Amino acid sequence: MSQQSAKPERPKAVGTFTAISRLYPYVKSAMPYIYLGMLAALAAGIVALLIPQVLRSLVDGPLQSGDSSQIWPAFLIVLGLGIVEAIMIALRRFFVLTPGTHVEARMRNTLYMTLQHLPVSFHDRWPSGQLLSRAVSDLNLIRRWFSFGLVLLVVNVLTIIVGLIFLVNISWVLGIIFIASSIPLWIYGYVFEKRYSIVARRSQDQTGDLATAVEESVHGIRVLKAFGRGKHALTGFSVRAENLRGTEIEKARAIAGIWLWLLLVPDVTFALGLLGGVWLVVQGQISAGDLVAFFATATVLRFPVESIGFLLSMTFDARTAADRFFEVMDSDNPITDPENPQTITESKGLLEFTNVHFRYPDSPANVPDLINGIDLRIEPGETMALVGLTGSGKSTITALTTRLYDVTEGAITIDGVDIRNLTLVELRRHLAMAFEDATLFSSSVRENVLMGRPDSTEEELREALEIAQADFVYDLPSGLDTLVGEEGLSLSGGQRQRLALARAVAAQPAVLVLDDPLSALDVDTEALVEAALRRVLSATTGLIVAHRPSTVMLADRVALLENGKVTAVGEHSHLLATSSHYRYVISSLEEEEQEVRS
Amino acid sequence: MSVMGTSGEERNDYTKDESRQIRQRSLRLLGSLISPLRARVILTMVVVVVSTAAQVAGPALIAFGIDRALPALINGNSLPLVLVVAAYLITGVAGATMIAWYTVLSARVSQAILFDLRKRVFLHTQRLSLEFHESYTSGRIIARQTSDLDAIRELLDSGINQLVQGALYMVFIAIAMFSLDWVSGLVLFASLAPLAFLTRWFQLRSQLHFRETRTTSAKLIVHFVETMTGIRAVKAFRKEERNREHFGGLVEKYRDANARVIRLFGIFDPALVLIGNVALAMILLLGGLRVSTGDLAIGALLGALLYARQFFAPAQEMAMFYNSYQSAAAALEKISGVLEEEPSVVDPTTPIDLRKASGTVKFDGVEFAYNSDKVILPKFDLELPAGQTVAMVGTTGAGKSTLAKLISRFYDPSQGTVSLDGVDLRKLHPKDLRRAIVMVTQEAYLFSGNVADNISLGKPDATREEIVAAAKAVGAHEFIEALPNGYDTDVNKRGGRVSAGQRQLLSFARAFIADPVVLILDEATASLDIPSERLVQAGLQTLLSDRTAIIIAHRLSTVAIADRVLVMEHGRVIEDGTPQELISGSGKFAQLHAAWKDSLV
Repeated sequence: MSQQSAKPERPKAVGTFTAISRLYPYVKSAMPYIYLGMLAALAAGIVALLIPQVLRSLVDGPLQSGDSSQIWPAFLIVLGLGIVEAIMIALRRFFVLTPGTHVEARMRNTLYMTLQHLPVSFHDRWPSGQLLSRAVSDLNLIRRWFSFGLVLLVVNVLTIIVGLIFLVNISWVLGIIFIASSIPLWIYGYVFEKRYSIVARRSQDQTGDLATAVEESVHGIRVLKAFGRGKHALTGFSVRAENLRGTEIEKARAIAGIWLWLLLVPDVTFALGLLGGVWLVVQGQISAGDLVAFFATATVLRFPVESIGFLLSMTFDARTAADRFFEVMDSDNPITDPENPQTITESKGLLEFTNVHFRYPDSPANVPDLINGIDLRIEPGETMALVGLTGSGKSTITALTTRLYDVTEGAITIDGVDIRNLTLVELRRHLAMAFEDATLFSSSVRENVLMGRPDSTEEELREALEIAQADFVYDLPSGLDTLVGEEGLSLSGGQRQRLALARAVAAQPAVLVLDDPLSALDVDTEALVEAALRRVLSATTGLIVAHRPSTVMLADRVALLENGKVTAVGEHSHLLATSSHYRYVISSLEEEEQEVRS
Repeated sequence: MSVMGTSGEERNDYTKDESRQIRQRSLRLLGSLISPLRARVILTMVVVVVSTAAQVAGPALIAFGIDRALPALINGNSLPLVLVVAAYLITGVAGATMIAWYTVLSARVSQAILFDLRKRVFLHTQRLSLEFHESYTSGRIIARQTSDLDAIRELLDSGINQLVQGALYMVFIAIAMFSLDWVSGLVLFASLAPLAFLTRWFQLRSQLHFRETRTTSAKLIVHFVETMTGIRAVKAFRKEERNREHFGGLVEKYRDANARVIRLFGIFDPALVLIGNVALAMILLLGGLRVSTGDLAIGALLGALLYARQFFAPAQEMAMFYNSYQSAAAALEKISGVLEEEPSVVDPTTPIDLRKASGTVKFDGVEFAYNSDKVILPKFDLELPAGQTVAMVGTTGAGKSTLAKLISRFYDPSQGTVSLDGVDLRKLHPKDLRRAIVMVTQEAYLFSGNVADNISLGKPDATREEIVAAAKAVGAHEFIEALPNGYDTDVNKRGGRVSAGQRQLLSFARAFIADPVVLILDEATASLDIPSERLVQAGLQTLLSDRTAIIIAHRLSTVAIADRVLVMEHGRVIEDGTPQELISGSGKFAQLHAAWKDSLV
């Protein structure tokens, strides 16, 4: 499955603390608020623990003596403490609320920017679903852990400690009972960590796999129907759904395990406390008030003790989420801006390839380079067609010019400047590209076309649309302001391709790179687009991937690609006359047929 | 307007009747999901009731211990103490074990429901005809199966658990409280009024804010996915900075909506604690006064106080239930709508077998229309004899693809019949139909998996030799061999390594290996380079010699191998003849052909 290959090797086994502490730079500025929140929470916890102390003196004092006048002050103190506890809880939330959401927003923006800058080779490996789950649910989890889980984990542990001190103060025997019976809980918590985090990660991955199966079954519905393979797809889907179900139940078992201990331990503690407490009272070692205070304190401590379980599991979830976040953030980005960028003040559009090599990093050693030493010079204003068999590397060359991938050897220069010495923004301003599979974004037609040059005039926009024969946009419901893309109107393949072409033209670059830009157009439209494009290309340097003789006619010269090398360069007619491979690649079947038939 | 199926799904203004109709529909679905699990659900309910009762026993036992066992021990009788401690241990162990058991039981129930529902939606989606898929976008159908199912999972996983456990907990505590000390019970009862008021306020407000978080997150997700799938264009046109601003804005809106929800909790949570603490203080006051006069035992007061402290604990989670319930209910409504959609192309109830078809396709008085005023193909008759290769030519929207979809039964005709060897396609066994007729379209979709898997989709039990032979026949063998792992290379969905042309070759191989008697090629060679196309066509000529073929193409080069050409315009066949006849005539095809010849070298 593609997911497997998409996931880099697991991060090395590091402790949860180390893994999570990597988040520190993102949360640093929010830490003071978190500390304040912890203080407020601790105050709330201690206030709650003071109430049993009031009960203690109440039981041993006024209640024993029957002095009902003393009950009112005790009531007022308990009421006051209760109000303070509520206020402290409100304060804790007030302190951590906003900083927590800001941390989440900051991380989300950083992740998004990193993803935008990561090279295309990264995106080839990672399905967008896997990235999305990191950007949304994982960061959500981290925020909740940070502003809730972390605060309560720290504070509850402290509250338990303070509570223990109170307990020991009431009676050291009862205190020891409480501590001793809590020990299995901490041991089990550790066991739980290992077990749960593995299952949690697996569940997240399997959810992603299941979503992929769903997406494929929907996007590939025509194929599945055409071959009657619905059953086949269902089997694959069922297996994944079954796997996920198994994992979820395993997860539930792990949670059931921790619940068992979390409930069992306090109950056993209370039972033993009752036994020991009553005996101690009879022995005269402690008072009835002490016994009451013990149970009231232990009850207050129940939530902190129980909460440790889900706070731990939340922490491990957050750790998994942090790992997944850093899997992306740690990815290498070899395609970056140079340290000392050069600039081209007045671009003429001289595009030159010098001994250019390219291979995918993971291709086996015995496979020759995909692009295997190309030398090519395209003069300013000249248009060069790239012709070659499918898989000969044409599209790869176009991708190299705009640094979607970097050459592995040699150099590509514009006006004599190595494109790696230009900032990416500058490079892509000099050079615009139209892809074969045209992507439109959820915004208006206008914004989509003017993506490369947002400050263009209406006139320039109209012209670009005219060149691409995209005048159908004027007939759309809101004309140029019609929303297209995922959230808008869906356009046909040919319409999208024309808009993508208009986009490249509207960018008015010095170099225009077109990757088979007319493949989805019907014959009539294609002829019109070609006529218009010829006008644009007369003044612009052009590099065009061509499959058809008609597209080749747009070019001044043709470069013939064979196994990653340029084997011939020249005018179309010249190549037709001299290169048999060229004839093989470009001359049409129909022509031969005609010859045979006539 | 109707609310049947998915129509009106995007509306917010349902009438009372419509709402009821939708609600009943989702309840029916829910019922059908739960009924096979009835026994397990009942067991789960019993376990949770017993376990909660056991859990709540504690404070009452402590009260008993202090008020009875303590004096008894002073008098030398240790039996009550032993009994009460033993009872505590037993209820404690039983309560904890059963809660653990309940956790697993309820996960089993909810996972069984989810599994069933997932499969149903998946299967139904596959059954629904193409017509539905074309109007109901892929994004929506994917959302039904992912985020909507997630909402239901959340409800089942935590929402219902919390509600059931929480409600039982409160009920049992109230019972214990009243039996221990009715005055304290009344105080607790009185505190229910502000509690109900607070919870209602929270529900109303949170409903509003939660909806906002959902809409803002949906926008965020759409933008994110669009950026990632269109990353090449984003980079090539330097959209990163503009995207950052836009995305930053969406993130901020989502953050703000989230912050509002949290702020709501910031009021709700302390208010809950306040109500609890005031109740506690009141119980202490009223109880203390009675203890000092000897009307109430100290142990009973302690028990009441302990109960009061625990009573409010589940309230917050229960208040949250309403939200997860609401999003799950909305999700279920939409899912039940999809499940209610009837496929317009239905499998025959008594299918006719056609083991060995010869490949005669016949249209008898066929008309195709989406609705009465949008006729795509006006009434026509047409026969494609077995073994004939037919090319269909015409401008975009002339109806070529619709005709092809009628033959492959992606659509059924509105009138008349389409038949294969005289058998109405609607009566033909789906298995035989799919074996006999295969359509290859321009969008050559590859599934995740390796190259061989993708080819053998046409014939799942194909051997490696057959797969290689098919690849060789369409000229895909060489590029496949050049891939890192040959036939075992993983085809990445994003197709970084497999070009559009190569994808198309693979989908050809897929059709080749399926070996149908009727093969439909809808723009299937558009992305091929000329030598590949030539190879494919050479392969086709041998392949097609003994089968019926329908070839749709913009490019006239494809027409060369046809025995017969149909020129279509506005849904009608306007010319019909051999290529030579048509070229030498003066019709539309002759014009097209001349123009196309000009465009060549």
